[in-house]
Amino acid sequence: MAVEILKEKYRSKVGEVVLGATKEQGGTRSHTITVGGETSLPYLHFEGETPNKPVLALEVWDTAPTDWPPFFEKYYGDVWDDPGEWAKKCVDEFGADLIQVRLKGADPDLNDASPEDCVAAVKKVLEAVGVPLIVIGCGKPEKDNILYAPVAEAAAGENLLLGVAELENYKAVNSACMANNHNIIASSPIDINICKQLNILIIEMSTAMASRIIIDPTVAALGYGAEYSYSIMERARNGALQGDKMLAMPMIGNIGSEVWRTKEAITTTEDEPGWGEQEERGLLWEATTAMAYLQSGIDMLVMRHPEALKIIEKHIDELMQDNSY
Amino acid sequence: MIIIGERINGMYNDIGKAIKEKDPKPVQEWARKQEEGGADYLDLNVGPASPNKVEAMKWLVEVAQEASDLPLCLDSTNYDAIEEGLKLCKKPAMINSVPAEMPKMERVFPMAVQYNAEVVGLAMNEEGIPKDADSRIALAAELVATADAFGLSPEMLYVDPLTLPCNVAQDHGPEVMRTLREVKLISDPAPKTVVGLSNISQGTQNRDLINRTFAVMCMANGLDAGIVDANDKELMAAIATARILLNQDIYCDSFVDVFINRNR
Repeated sequence: MAVEILKEKYRSKVGEVVLGATKEQGGTRSHTITVGGETSLPYLHFEGETPNKPVLALEVWDTAPTDWPPFFEKYYGDVWDDPGEWAKKCVDEFGADLIQVRLKGADPDLNDASPEDCVAAVKKVLEAVGVPLIVIGCGKPEKDNILYAPVAEAAAGENLLLGVAELENYKAVNSACMANNHNIIASSPIDINICKQLNILIIEMSTAMASRIIIDPTVAALGYGAEYSYSIMERARNGALQGDKMLAMPMIGNIGSEVWRTKEAITTTEDEPGWGEQEERGLLWEATTAMAYLQSGIDMLVMRHPEALKIIEKHIDELMQDNSY
Repeated sequence: MIIIGERINGMYNDIGKAIKEKDPKPVQEWARKQEEGGADYLDLNVGPASPNKVEAMKWLVEVAQEASDLPLCLDSTNYDAIEEGLKLCKKPAMINSVPAEMPKMERVFPMAVQYNAEVVGLAMNEEGIPKDADSRIALAAELVATADAFGLSPEMLYVDPLTLPCNVAQDHGPEVMRTLREVKLISDPAPKTVVGLSNISQGTQNRDLINRTFAVMCMANGLDAGIVDANDKELMAAIATARILLNQDIYCDSFVDVFINRNR
């Protein structure tokens, strides 16, 4: 007698979000990237579809980073004074699917770069590479709020992913996205209730934004509460698959920036010889953190170390292998 | 809880008149209004006064579908009317209802399989509504077994334990609660459960309060669906709240609005 394998039935699916726009679509990207669309829990190809594989971004700053461990210089040192060149290297040499431009230089405590400077940096990257772009501010809301509108306007038609919106500060970035047809990163502090509420508030401003939201649930590095982030993402994804439309969006995580501030990644080999060589240790910490989040259904990973990206690229290919029966 | 909007019923004067005069407006207004209120299904009942029930049901199905995309729940004791209605339904519908009686089950279950329809099965037979939970569960088991024999999965069957007005038959309350729980043990997969909510408050004062309290109690005992007034805002808010407290929806500050707008 044939055995009937029990398979979970899901009522709903994760929405798809398209990033970037080609010339025909009003932008200048060489191609678009679609994320989301899952109809089952991650990589259960025998129960549903994962139509779009997770994508990997590398970080590009508008100012040369000063607090990264010294070995990053051998990858980015020749280009990090020019965001365009930096982005080009990330795409051409390191194989990034897309670029996340972090307007770090706008930080009033750093370079206090003007909105015009920020626009120029974004334009440089747009001209240098053909991949879709993520653009985020410096992380200080009072400054970021004056950057969103000029950046969004200057990149009108490019279908950016712009961020970040937070519960206490979402209107400026959402207005900029609405006015110029960009996508938005909705960021919540490892809190499913705030995650859902923020999505509702964004959609209340414009229902068109419903298919333009990427959830940033806030990812913690391995050893720093990754399990909390993981369980929030798991719950959001389960909610999405059970029909909760306010959680049915693709998810993004800033893996690189989280990992490269943990003591496991930044402690030098000299300080802790027993922990192994620092660079290898750090990049494995980054790759392992990313692997864990892939299992929770993350759709977009922002990485920092090119070798970590390579490991994850291979891992994603393995996860995407058909296991249906 | 699946919300089956009860308002399109010939018992109400405006709908009765609309059916008689073939005026689609009141039917369509209620279809839209119930959808806005948060209904998942629209119950269609031609009412007792309609002389040609088959034609009236066909007309109701057609005009309701012009106004709303919600699936329909065809509510009649005239199975020919239901069958003609099912032929016109654009989405898989629900048949409301069949008691645990032959030959009615023989008429309804094959029809449900043919049209991929769900069925409301009443926990009663020729002898009327049972007094206790055990008799209700026995009748529910008969419904499940007969449905299964005709090839209808228990998941397609909604057992209605049947409620009586609380001022007439107060002792039925706990029996209904126990029935809701134990019906789930009959089979695997289990049948679903449904109640016609407003029966519980017929002839009482403060009907809305009784209805929504009963709804929440039933939900806590596993109820899957209710035939209700989808435009009773306090009822819908109570149901939304119960869904949060039962961990059926993920909390957010706008949880009531999210529940009401979940199908849009």
